[in-house]
Amino acid sequence: MTTATTTRTFDLADADVRELNAALHDPSCEGQHFRVLNPRGRHALAVGAVAHAIVDIEGHAGYYCAGMNQHAEIRVHGNAGVGVAENMMSGTVVVDGDASASAGATAHGGLLVVHGSAAARCGISLKGADIVVRGSVGHLSAFMAQKGRLLVCGDTGEALGDSIYEARLYVRGKVRGLGADCIEKEVREEHRAEIAELLHRAGISDISPEEFRRYGSARRLYHWNAEHHQSY
Amino acid sequence: MRESATFDRETIAEIQRAAREGIYDIRGGGAKRRVPHFDDLLFLGASMSRYPLEGYREACGTDVVLGDRFAAKPLHLDIPITIAGMSFGALSAQAKEALGRGASACGTSTTTGDGGMTPEERQSSETLVYQLLPSRYGMNPDDLRRADAIEIVIGQGAKPGGGGMLLGQKISERVAEMRDLPAGIDQRSACRHPDWTGPDDLEIKIGELREITDWQKPIFVKVGASRPYYDVALAVKAGADVVVLDGMQGGTAATQEVFIEHVGIPTLAAIPQAVEALVELRMHRKVQLIVSGGIRSGADVAKALALGADAVSIGIGALVALGDNAPELDDEYRKLGSAAGFYDDWHEGRDPAGISTQDPELAARLDPEVGGERLANYLRTMTLEAQTIARACGKSHVHNLEPEDLVALTIEAAAMARVPLAGTSWIPGSGRDV
Repeated sequence: MTTATTTRTFDLADADVRELNAALHDPSCEGQHFRVLNPRGRHALAVGAVAHAIVDIEGHAGYYCAGMNQHAEIRVHGNAGVGVAENMMSGTVVVDGDASASAGATAHGGLLVVHGSAAARCGISLKGADIVVRGSVGHLSAFMAQKGRLLVCGDTGEALGDSIYEARLYVRGKVRGLGADCIEKEVREEHRAEIAELLHRAGISDISPEEFRRYGSARRLYHWNAEHHQSY
Repeated sequence: MRESATFDRETIAEIQRAAREGIYDIRGGGAKRRVPHFDDLLFLGASMSRYPLEGYREACGTDVVLGDRFAAKPLHLDIPITIAGMSFGALSAQAKEALGRGASACGTSTTTGDGGMTPEERQSSETLVYQLLPSRYGMNPDDLRRADAIEIVIGQGAKPGGGGMLLGQKISERVAEMRDLPAGIDQRSACRHPDWTGPDDLEIKIGELREITDWQKPIFVKVGASRPYYDVALAVKAGADVVVLDGMQGGTAATQEVFIEHVGIPTLAAIPQAVEALVELRMHRKVQLIVSGGIRSGADVAKALALGADAVSIGIGALVALGDNAPELDDEYRKLGSAAGFYDDWHEGRDPAGISTQDPELAARLDPEVGGERLANYLRTMTLEAQTIARACGKSHVHNLEPEDLVALTIEAAAMARVPLAGTSWIPGSGRDV
């Protein structure tokens, strides 16, 4: 995390989420540090940030924390609800605990790190962001994932990468099942370098890039064909 | 020879086509089957018991405010006819620009579509509604803030419960880049949103969008007409400023024929159910209702408003105004196996009118300025027609039209629209005479 010069504290026991978000929508907050106390699972915390601010949410966050983030470094010192970092464009979002469903959904850019596990549909419709999950992910993760990378240090649920496009998936543990058109692929040197880079950016140093397998699209669903029998 | 009513020529041809091709038919447009519609309603007009307004002199307002429930900046439109969501991808950039020009000339809004917002569209549209769809193609917070309103699309009338498909021939480099997909591949749009399920989640999602846009933008919720009484009530409960209700005659760029013709209910049947929900919640005219699906003329506009809508949306009509299915292109349509007035293979990207295509040469045929003028003419005509009817019914604003001004020509239309069968006081299904 970057070092900030000014710290602003929003104690949500008294302050409103609106005040926090309004402050994060002011481009002049660039470089400032925001402490968010008593989040108590509030929804839409630190959404739509526009500048490189540093935000520490000191507790659990509700739905859509860090949604549509641009540039900000946001850390949840707890668990995050549905859709953390949904449609993120850039910046970094770190969840120290677990993340609920649809973590990083449709995210276009930036990095989402979940140090615990993420529930179903992690990285659904991913559009270019990177997601690193230290634990496991639930079913239908990377469903229709278009671009970007999902790295899972633990296991995955069923239907991983269902109807996937060009996103790249790396899994260290057990894959319970692959979705339509998702296949295991060879791990080449450039992929090992990519895995190492993702682990490094996520601050994970005790796992070897050699332990991951790669999954991606067989590209059999790229052109409409009756032979597919409604498999998508 | 006796033709079968069950296995008529059209049915036999479809069985033969299915046996030959092994795949269902995909096409654009809305339901083509005959369903009870606005044509089955008539206005009563003023007489001894109602005073008409002077047709060419007395004012009849047409303006509408959309989204003043929670948004700091609701839309103020000069006419109650808006342009429905149609994507860049399904339509050419020229067509999107033309829609913006035409709508802006008449003081009304356009809507993006499943593919993001193009700069041309934003620039040409004075008031632009930005759709948030399950695919989230092109979705970004900058465009959310650039938009004048946000429309969360749950469904559309042509395919309630369905996603989308844009075939590879329409995925140009530019379309692909906006959607973060490789060029040239068939592109699918999901039918469910990726990060929320059900009305309780939707309420939280709307809250997030309001926070991102600092509570400035009206938030619309669009549903395809299937269970409008419940869907409208749930949209209101979730915090929508505006509900958009799209009947089965509403168009699509590409959907299975079987879906278009067999799923959803007619616009006429949907409006009274939606209005009933709003009235019961004491939200009629507070949460505005926009109705689409088969709006073609000022008479349709007036009838939709009389049944309780605040505004209407047009899609197919707007494309026809731009030049879709123009008779002078008949030879070219015939080369595609169709004819002027019948062309609906919008998904193939070979539209000779330059509207539903990404082919640069075809798209260049549509001059956005000329197309915009034609659309503006159409919108003005519809508005004048609606005013003509409203004045005849003694209304100083088109929103003063009411169900009491209407009668139905058929029992079915009377039951659906909940207005009396003409010449009677009978509203079938209501259990009462009026």
